[in-house]
Amino acid sequence: MSVRNATYKPWAWTQSLFADGNILRLFIACVAIFVGMSILKPDVFPTAENFLSMGSQFPEIGILAMAIMITMLTGGIDLSVVSIANLSGVLAALVIRALIPADAEAGQVMMGLAAAITAAFLSGALAGLINGALVAYVNLTPILATLGTMTLYTGLTVAMTRGNAVFAENRLVFIGNTNVLGFIPIPLIIFAVVVALFALLLNRTPFGVKVYMIGSNINAARFSGINVRRVLLTTYIISGLLAAVVAVIFLGRNNSAKWDFAPSYVLQAIVVAVLAGVNPSGGSGRVLGIVLAILALQFVSTGMNMLLFTISGGQFFKEFAWGALLLTIMVANHLSEQRRSKSARRPKAE
Amino acid sequence: MADAFLSLSHISKSYAGVQALDDVSLIVKPAEIHCLVGENGSGKSTLIKIIAGVVSPDEGQIVINGKPFPRLAPMDAIREGIQVIYQDFSLFPNLTVAENIALNYELSRNTRIVRWGEVRRLAQAALDKIGVRLPLDAEVESIPVADKQLVAIARALVQNARLIIMDEATTALTEKEIRALFGVIRNVQRDGVAVLFVSHKLNEVLEIADKAMIIRNGKVVVDADAAALDRNKLVYYMTGRRIDEADYDYVPQSKQPLLEVSHLSSPGNFEDISFSLYPGEIVGVTGLLGSGRTELALSLFGVLPAMRGEVRIDGQLVRIRDIQSAIRHGIGYVPEDRLTEGLFLDQSINRNIVIRTIDTLRQAGGLLSPARLEAHAREWINNLSIKTSNPELPVKSLSGGNQQRVVLAKWLASKPRILILNGPTVGVDVGSKTELHEIIKSLAGEGIGILVISDDIPELLHLCNRILLMRRGRLAGMFERAVLDENKLTTLLTESTTIGSAVPSPQVQ
Ligand SMILES: Nc1ncnc2c1ncn2[C@@H]1O[C@H](COP(=O)(O)OP(=O)(O)OP(=O)(O)O)[C@@H](O)[C@H]1O
Ligand SMILES: [Mg+2]
Repeated sequence: MSVRNATYKPWAWTQSLFADGNILRLFIACVAIFVGMSILKPDVFPTAENFLSMGSQFPEIGILAMAIMITMLTGGIDLSVVSIANLSGVLAALVIRALIPADAEAGQVMMGLAAAITAAFLSGALAGLINGALVAYVNLTPILATLGTMTLYTGLTVAMTRGNAVFAENRLVFIGNTNVLGFIPIPLIIFAVVVALFALLLNRTPFGVKVYMIGSNINAARFSGINVRRVLLTTYIISGLLAAVVAVIFLGRNNSAKWDFAPSYVLQAIVVAVLAGVNPSGGSGRVLGIVLAILALQFVSTGMNMLLFTISGGQFFKEFAWGALLLTIMVANHLSEQRRSKSARRPKAE
Repeated sequence: MADAFLSLSHISKSYAGVQALDDVSLIVKPAEIHCLVGENGSGKSTLIKIIAGVVSPDEGQIVINGKPFPRLAPMDAIREGIQVIYQDFSLFPNLTVAENIALNYELSRNTRIVRWGEVRRLAQAALDKIGVRLPLDAEVESIPVADKQLVAIARALVQNARLIIMDEATTALTEKEIRALFGVIRNVQRDGVAVLFVSHKLNEVLEIADKAMIIRNGKVVVDADAAALDRNKLVYYMTGRRIDEADYDYVPQSKQPLLEVSHLSSPGNFEDISFSLYPGEIVGVTGLLGSGRTELALSLFGVLPAMRGEVRIDGQLVRIRDIQSAIRHGIGYVPEDRLTEGLFLDQSINRNIVIRTIDTLRQAGGLLSPARLEAHAREWINNLSIKTSNPELPVKSLSGGNQQRVVLAKWLASKPRILILNGPTVGVDVGSKTELHEIIKSLAGEGIGILVISDDIPELLHLCNRILLMRRGRLAGMFERAVLDENKLTTLLTESTTIGSAVPSPQVQ
């Protein structure tokens, strides 16, 4: 064999980036949709205004998709993310109401907000811990465990609020209203920071590598001495923390939290994760995929709105367009997989 | 060649810069037993996948039964009577033994109703043919590797094959099952069935083959009657050199045993096992399938905690409750089933190697250093001569023998004090086996204690200074290397009654 062991090439990751057909196709889809929409709606689509509005729309789903992604990487799923976000949001709003009187001074406001955000994160982490314990220690199937806790957390939120919305006294709306430097919405900045930290966590920490290994072969992971339970537990805690971040953005945007806010976001986040190329049975998926997938979907839904806003019921085309995009990319992936498997090494299980 | 069943001519195949096969031609006649031998990564499995229609060649012709197949599809190959037992068996893990063996055949009758009674009957008949007993209703996932191999073989036999291809299908089987299997092969041969057999156990090859084809780096080196070859010639043609392996020269290093096992029992698996392992020792554990040797290893590694008995490490009583505690006590285990217990097939070669030691590969700030990770993996890729064009490729792109080295590398990298190797060189070619043995010996020389579970007799004799023999869950004997030779060990291993004449050695020291 005329092969030598390759030496370390710092640029090797770019190769694997494009060897990864899914990322390449997503990138092409993004650019194509962007260019297409810009040609169809040159006066409204490629404008600063539109970018601003798009940039403030996708961060929540994008972050929820990362919560779905990390659990999917281990071969699981967390269906309770939106329930956790609503629970944490309600708790944060209650803390704000309790600690910040209407005539509070700046210092008091800061303390109160810090306490509220801490409450959101603690509750998110605790909810994640319960999920993780059910999956890792009680050995429940993730989909069933988190379906159960989804109902549990929602019920808890209803019980705490008697089903009413809890208002956050305009204390967090700056998050939803401010554009840093005049053109960057704060949720977008939060999204960017979360993406960066999340990518570091998955790619540059032993924990991240273990997450992938567990999803790839949980039995071999045990035999390799990975503390599988602890890694799974941590995974669900991280998912809960990401939901808490979303809770804060929700409060910033709506100025209130309620038990039944945005239930459809769970499925949308799953769509993003799957479109991003995260393997639902675990072991593969990239953060970059999440970014490209959420962008592609945002371009599609905004573009569709612009094209169809005159038609009554046009907004429903968003769902239609998402479905169409998802299926297109999946079929493309499948076809290329088939083409490759003919020349690949391992036979598919017959 | 009118009477050839299969004729391949001028087949070439390359993978991203690796020439896996280069102008290979092969003719298989009915009732012929062919062997394919070559080093790891020489292209054997690739050739077989081409015959099965799973991989298309870049160049060359395939003619089966006189019909040319410009684009052979897997269904064509099956229809022409080619049955392949892959190196990684491709059984259905969550179907039962009986379903795995006979369901395909039953479904191929093209009726709408599956006759479940018939499925069981066919499965039983196939198992009877190779003379083994397996629980028909057990899920394949839950049975040991050797049994999986038997299931895969039985399945091929059910299907009225004209050519049965076995790609290292016997690696986990011991003498006894292999004897039975060879009986079956000679039987089907009488019915005109041809067999293509790949194995690294050269003694097996020479025993069963009519013809042998030796490939090296994807090229045919020799294609001859097996009668014209002997073990040394095979090795020479495969590797291009002569191989001489010296026995392990154990030098006692300490009077304090590293590991002492006393009266260890796990009901149903093994009973009352006592032995000790001193620093620098390589102790072999052998026995037939079902002798409890693997269960003993699993119990020392915390997978199957023992019910009774004591384990001491450095004289201290320890309790091994789970894998984590075994690892904390410095125990490492290279599992026998690399596919389900050893490898992360879709993950990169690098990650597979470093996963044990990954916590130590952080730089200041706690993040992993890709350069250190890569350097660490490369060190082991070089140490174990793992043949790869790019260590970022998934480990499943490696040939079987190279995959086995990755599993070894993972554990060697973690520097355990006590290393349990269950079939450490399964599927590794003769030349590389010697290299791996040298590595194992030098580790022992550094003072770690090694248990080698194996039924590869030359391997046990080359590596070990002491050999434990297990039989039906009990320790049936303990022998110094010096009192054994190949014949004696073979007899001991296959003998079904308790040992009479063998001289159990006194304990070391
Ligand atoms: N899908 C693939 N991608 C890249 N390289 C591959 C692929 N499949 C096989 N190879 C390479 O082709 C060569 C031949 O591999 P093959 O599996 O045929 O070897 P083999 O003779 O069966 O070895 P072994 O005895 O270890 O099983 C090896 O170098 C292997 O790494
Ligand atoms: Mg092979």
